[in-house]
Amino acid sequence: MRLITAVLLTATVFTTQYAVAQDNKKDKKEQTSKDGDDLMEMLDDDAPAKKSYTTATFKTSRLVNGHSIENTAKGVLDFKVSHRFGEVRDGLYSFFGLDGANTLIGFDYGITDNIMIGISRSTYQKEYEGFTKVKILRQADRNGSPLSLSYMGAISMQTMTAPVLPAGQEYYFSNRLYYVNQLLLARKFNQWISVQLMPTHIHYNLVPTTAEPNDVIAMGVGGRVKLSNRVSFNAEYYYRFTKLNGYFNSLSLGFDIETGGHVFQLMFTNATAITERAFIGQSNSDWANGGIHFGFNISRVFTIVKPKEFRTGGKKW
Amino acid sequence: MKKFIITMLIVCGFANTYAQKYMTRTGKVSFHAGTSMEDIDAVSNEAACALDSKEGAVVFQIPIKSFKFRRALMEEHFNENYMESDKYSKAEYKGKVTDVSGVSFGKDGTYNVTTSGKLTIHNVTRDVTVPGTITVKGNDITVAAKFKVKPADYGIEIPSVVKDKIAKEVEIVVNAILAAKK
Repeated sequence: MRLITAVLLTATVFTTQYAVAQDNKKDKKEQTSKDGDDLMEMLDDDAPAKKSYTTATFKTSRLVNGHSIENTAKGVLDFKVSHRFGEVRDGLYSFFGLDGANTLIGFDYGITDNIMIGISRSTYQKEYEGFTKVKILRQADRNGSPLSLSYMGAISMQTMTAPVLPAGQEYYFSNRLYYVNQLLLARKFNQWISVQLMPTHIHYNLVPTTAEPNDVIAMGVGGRVKLSNRVSFNAEYYYRFTKLNGYFNSLSLGFDIETGGHVFQLMFTNATAITERAFIGQSNSDWANGGIHFGFNISRVFTIVKPKEFRTGGKKW
Repeated sequence: MKKFIITMLIVCGFANTYAQKYMTRTGKVSFHAGTSMEDIDAVSNEAACALDSKEGAVVFQIPIKSFKFRRALMEEHFNENYMESDKYSKAEYKGKVTDVSGVSFGKDGTYNVTTSGKLTIHNVTRDVTVPGTITVKGNDITVAAKFKVKPADYGIEIPSVVKDKIAKEVEIVVNAILAAKK
């Protein structure tokens, strides 16, 4: 009796094992892809909710004349050269305005990915400018901010020879100074279209008459439409709410052309000067009157400080 | 009789095969895509990898934006113009270690293996066979591999202006330390 029970028990146990093993073998084929799927699901389920920020809203840190919300990356130096020529309608004699040019040379540097500074010198009124641009909000790809917000602050100084004043009057140093505050608000709608708003405040220490305000408040609006991976069409308009007499709102239209290390910005504008205090508040050409100027910006980036992954003496991998 | 039943039950217990899942989210994947005209190297330390020791299934998932370059502008072009990372945010590999039975996951050591499966880059999926090694150390395993892919095979357009600067075959190096998942 014991022997029979033992044999039956053993048989049952091993049959069950065999049956289970067969089941395993049967869905072994399905299980291979299932395992892959299971593993992939495991990775997806556990994935930490990592925020991915929108990048490359614009191709460079300038929209056309003015700033875009893009900053120069950390450790990168951006060498800027800009020209704004004379009026195109001057014709062939002055080679469509190329004979007369206002130029600017500047260096922008990214201290961190969110803070950049820049210095420049332009020929218009022999102006030196220093600025900083700080990222406040960054647009996120999913569940985050729908907009990018930055602050741009600049101080500039014109260094022309002081005018001769009647006896007893002094030409103050502060007469030479200008202050610009801007908020830049942008959204990258898709890989082709980005739009930006630029509420701006400019303070002029010295204005021509007492009737004119010392503070110009303006609203800029602009954007870009990408025409291909490397070319985009950009537009920028600044409307002044408070104004200095005799000047016009600036409208600029241009193309960004990007090559390996350069971005070329070619433009038609009614602005003859390049710094914010000059082109926003003191543009004396008018599109309506045919006062159009050709101009360009060239930007060339150099990596000064390598990212930390690349810093430990040479390639390890 | 009792002894017999108990012995049989113990035997039953051992009849099931031992299966273990391993995982990491900080695997290192790097690639070299340069030529004599240009250095192009990038590294990501955010590759997620999982491996099942029973069936040998292995998967990789890498966010494209996690690749870091020496030059920020090169990183921007990689994402904007070549990989279109806003559209295709991850590269994936779903495969099987064909000779997983040769790996003793309970014993420390290095084992040469071959995996074959589907690699998806830039939304294009291709069958690939990748030789590599699995190194077992306690409860961790290190998965390492080196293989080449052609950008052209994955629909990555390289404009003629820069075609001499980007390698026709890109070398990918994988080194991930996976921990046993409880």
